[in-house]
Amino acid sequence: MNEGLVTTSYLVSGIFFVLSLGGLSKQETARRGNLYGILGMALAIFATFMSGKVSNFELLIPLMLGGAVIGAILARRVEMTSMPELVAILHSFVGLAAVLVGVASFMDPGHSKLEGSDKLIHEIEILLGVFIGGVTFTGSVVAFGKLRGSLSGKPILLPFRHFLNLGMVVASVYLGSQFLGQEHDAALITLLIVTAISLLLGVHLIVAIGGADMPVVVSMLNSYSGWAAAAAGFMLKNDLLIITGALVGSSGAILSYIMCNAMNRSLVNVIFGGFGTGSGGGGGSTEIEGSITEISALEVAEELKESKEVMIVPGYGMAVAQAQHVVKEITETLRGKDVNVRFAIHPVAGRLPGHMNVLLAEANVPYDIVFEMDEVNDELSEVDVLLVVGANDIVNPSALEEENSPIAGMPVIEAWKAKTVVALKRSMATGYSGVENPLYYKDNCRMLFGDAKDSLGQVLSGLS
Amino acid sequence: MIIAIPKETQPSEKRVAIAPDNVAAFAKLGYEVLFEKGAGEAANLADSAYEDAGARIAADAAEVWKSDLILKVTPPSMEEAGGIREGATLICFVYPARNEELIQKLAERKINLLAMDCVPRISRAQSMDALSSMANVAGYRAVVEASHVFGRFFTGQITAAGKVPPAKVLIIGAGVAGLAAIGAARNMGAIVRAFDTRPAVKDEVKSLGASFLELDFNEDGAGSGGYAKVMSKEFIEAEMKLFAEQAAEVDVIITTAMIPGKKSPVLITDEMVQSMKPGSVIVDLAAEGGGNCELTESGQTRVAHGVTIIGYTDFPSRLPTQSSRLYGNNLVKLVQLLGQVDEFKINQDDEVVRGALVLDEGKLSWPPPPVETSVAPAKKPETKPVGNEAEEKKGSPFLSPAFLLGLLAVGLLALGWKGSNEFLDQITVFVLACFVGYMVVWNVTPSLHTPLMSVTNAISGIILIGGMLFMPTGSELSGNSQILTWLAGVAIFVATINVAGGFLVTQRMLKMFRK
Repeated sequence: MNEGLVTTSYLVSGIFFVLSLGGLSKQETARRGNLYGILGMALAIFATFMSGKVSNFELLIPLMLGGAVIGAILARRVEMTSMPELVAILHSFVGLAAVLVGVASFMDPGHSKLEGSDKLIHEIEILLGVFIGGVTFTGSVVAFGKLRGSLSGKPILLPFRHFLNLGMVVASVYLGSQFLGQEHDAALITLLIVTAISLLLGVHLIVAIGGADMPVVVSMLNSYSGWAAAAAGFMLKNDLLIITGALVGSSGAILSYIMCNAMNRSLVNVIFGGFGTGSGGGGGSTEIEGSITEISALEVAEELKESKEVMIVPGYGMAVAQAQHVVKEITETLRGKDVNVRFAIHPVAGRLPGHMNVLLAEANVPYDIVFEMDEVNDELSEVDVLLVVGANDIVNPSALEEENSPIAGMPVIEAWKAKTVVALKRSMATGYSGVENPLYYKDNCRMLFGDAKDSLGQVLSGLS
Repeated sequence: MIIAIPKETQPSEKRVAIAPDNVAAFAKLGYEVLFEKGAGEAANLADSAYEDAGARIAADAAEVWKSDLILKVTPPSMEEAGGIREGATLICFVYPARNEELIQKLAERKINLLAMDCVPRISRAQSMDALSSMANVAGYRAVVEASHVFGRFFTGQITAAGKVPPAKVLIIGAGVAGLAAIGAARNMGAIVRAFDTRPAVKDEVKSLGASFLELDFNEDGAGSGGYAKVMSKEFIEAEMKLFAEQAAEVDVIITTAMIPGKKSPVLITDEMVQSMKPGSVIVDLAAEGGGNCELTESGQTRVAHGVTIIGYTDFPSRLPTQSSRLYGNNLVKLVQLLGQVDEFKINQDDEVVRGALVLDEGKLSWPPPPVETSVAPAKKPETKPVGNEAEEKKGSPFLSPAFLLGLLAVGLLALGWKGSNEFLDQITVFVLACFVGYMVVWNVTPSLHTPLMSVTNAISGIILIGGMLFMPTGSELSGNSQILTWLAGVAIFVATINVAGGFLVTQRMLKMFRK
């Protein structure tokens, strides 16, 4: 295959990728979108094979087959509740690959042949690629650990962490500038040091971010992995990598932005972490007056039977308790009794953007009864029973009512407007933000304590 | 310790202090329940139901009155008061301001007396606020009574026999009773209007489907304890004018303006009643305090100028089963506050107990020191000018899109100055691709965020092409290229995992989404 043909193939696969992302913006076209992605990728790999620049097939093919098999197994085995972990660890792979490609690019004999400004630009590209890749790699590994629960979800805040971050960046920039002038071997060592710093920085950045911010973190890392790929594209002078990296990078950045909006926080605030740790000056949450009212599962079933409009607000607790299937059973039963059951999803419910939608889809809940927060907030006063399944901060009225609450200004699902609210919870503990939830003390709120799956199981048996 | 439920002896009283369901709740706290035979009869609650729930039935009233803790609805009669054991505890409605003689008699018996009508109206005590739960019943019943004597439908209909206009109902005072009345009247299909001196209740009124009548007058009537305060003279004049206008128009008026311990304000005058259409109905829920209507006769129904004026004072008792259940629930909450059987204590440090306590072992402890209500009377209207908000939203000017674009442009110019052509081409591609990504992703439905992320993740595995290009060809295996082989090999390996994993998991997810 000649050069021109390869370039056209790359162009076509770039178009496929754009179509793929475009397709994924709607339910109806989503599957086609995924197909486009696969086609684009296949074409790109095929064109590279045929380009004549690649020859070491006896090594390449087993490697790729091995990788593909492992990837397929991962994709098949993963529980939908563990999707965030999978996405995080996959991001780390891209980061790792970017680091390796960067170092390889530096060691490649082709590099030493460059001269003048071309060499300079190429070296800057390598530095950037390695740096972003390094941060993505360790950051994603830490995020993976946090999401799996093998690392604590609490933010770990070192003293002077902002200075530490800044120091690491400054050191990298300084070393980078040294690197530009150095001899090949000395420069390699500098490059490795910069890599090490970037790895450290990745760890440090992500350990400082609390569990509730994980949706933003995961999409940020998604964005980083895109930028890393783009940087690799610059190194290789490969337009396809640049295009793809830019697509992924900007889409990740937009997702993070949407998530941040949903929490009424700035991106900077999330990236540099430390949420819910005295940002409200300690006196953020006022004492809540009033008492909570408990309800039994059977009473909940009675309430549900007598209602016409039911809204379910799922949160991370539903994922933890794996309660989505019971939720679906309840939904089916109620819909069979002509009760209009709908779901209200907060943009940052769960640990991944759209996490709740995937869980509900897994349980076979039709997506046309699953609504976004903004679509339902105005209609909540017509809801007879609103079930809060393992959500907390996203239904907290103090976000709107208390100015000095740490979550003040965050848009929330205004659950308290419903005629009756039933909140399923394991205990009275606070959510990730550490803010007390006055919802539970409202007159129309009933608490059903216990594991969401068990409780809902009882509700279901009460219904039938 | 035994909780005793005597039969209510006032002639018109049909309620009983607890419902059968409550027996179990008391048993859970360790109390034994002694229930006077036939006490629930008037409320259609059979002795057997209580017995099944675990209560003991006492045939004799004297036995009941000798118990440690007596739960009742109305205040005891003088005779009953004499039969109480010394040191016992009695919980019921007391109205201490009106019943001084009775309290004196009870004080002689050295008992603890908790008044359900004196439970402070703070949010923590809402679950034991019997005044509210009874007011709720009264509001509902008021509508039922009104519709009973009203000669027409409440709802509008278009039938073969002609068109039926809906009834117009005016509800004065949107407290608990008023809101319950609004709800009931709306459910019967009437057009409901409500008036209250507290603008804060407007939203609640509207949420029940009634329209809120407003005066063109600025004064907030929110007082403490959930009641409205007395308004200025000018306000009252404006208010009366509104009522006079409304009276001529509406078919039913339900008034709920009660001021605790005082005479009810007169809101509906003789002339207003005269101006109403014949067959109209007034239900006066404040009849006990003299009535909101000039012509109300407390405890009676009368017809004046063709208008039926209902002045019953026993609305809750007219719905005895429901009232008993609600009242029983209130009592359970209060007894819970007093503690389990072995920890039973009249804890005066608790402001709810302190507020309700009228007699402390015979010592008069009423009225209690004032408690602050936790319900904020009204929020100050937001005075923040609208423009401010927009400014706040903008945040730092360094993050505004215009600034970032400018920065980008300057950067590109600088590059154009210095950089090679090839590099500029790449930058062009890069920036364009960023914009395409931005345009394409912006409209993604939130439910597809996870699949989108896993697909972009798979796509970013494109970096494997980088790995492939660096893989040295077999012919030049020097020491350096061995390392290179390793680096590229690992990169390819992990990137392929990514590609395959990402696409397959997306496919799996998307298959699950169904309509």
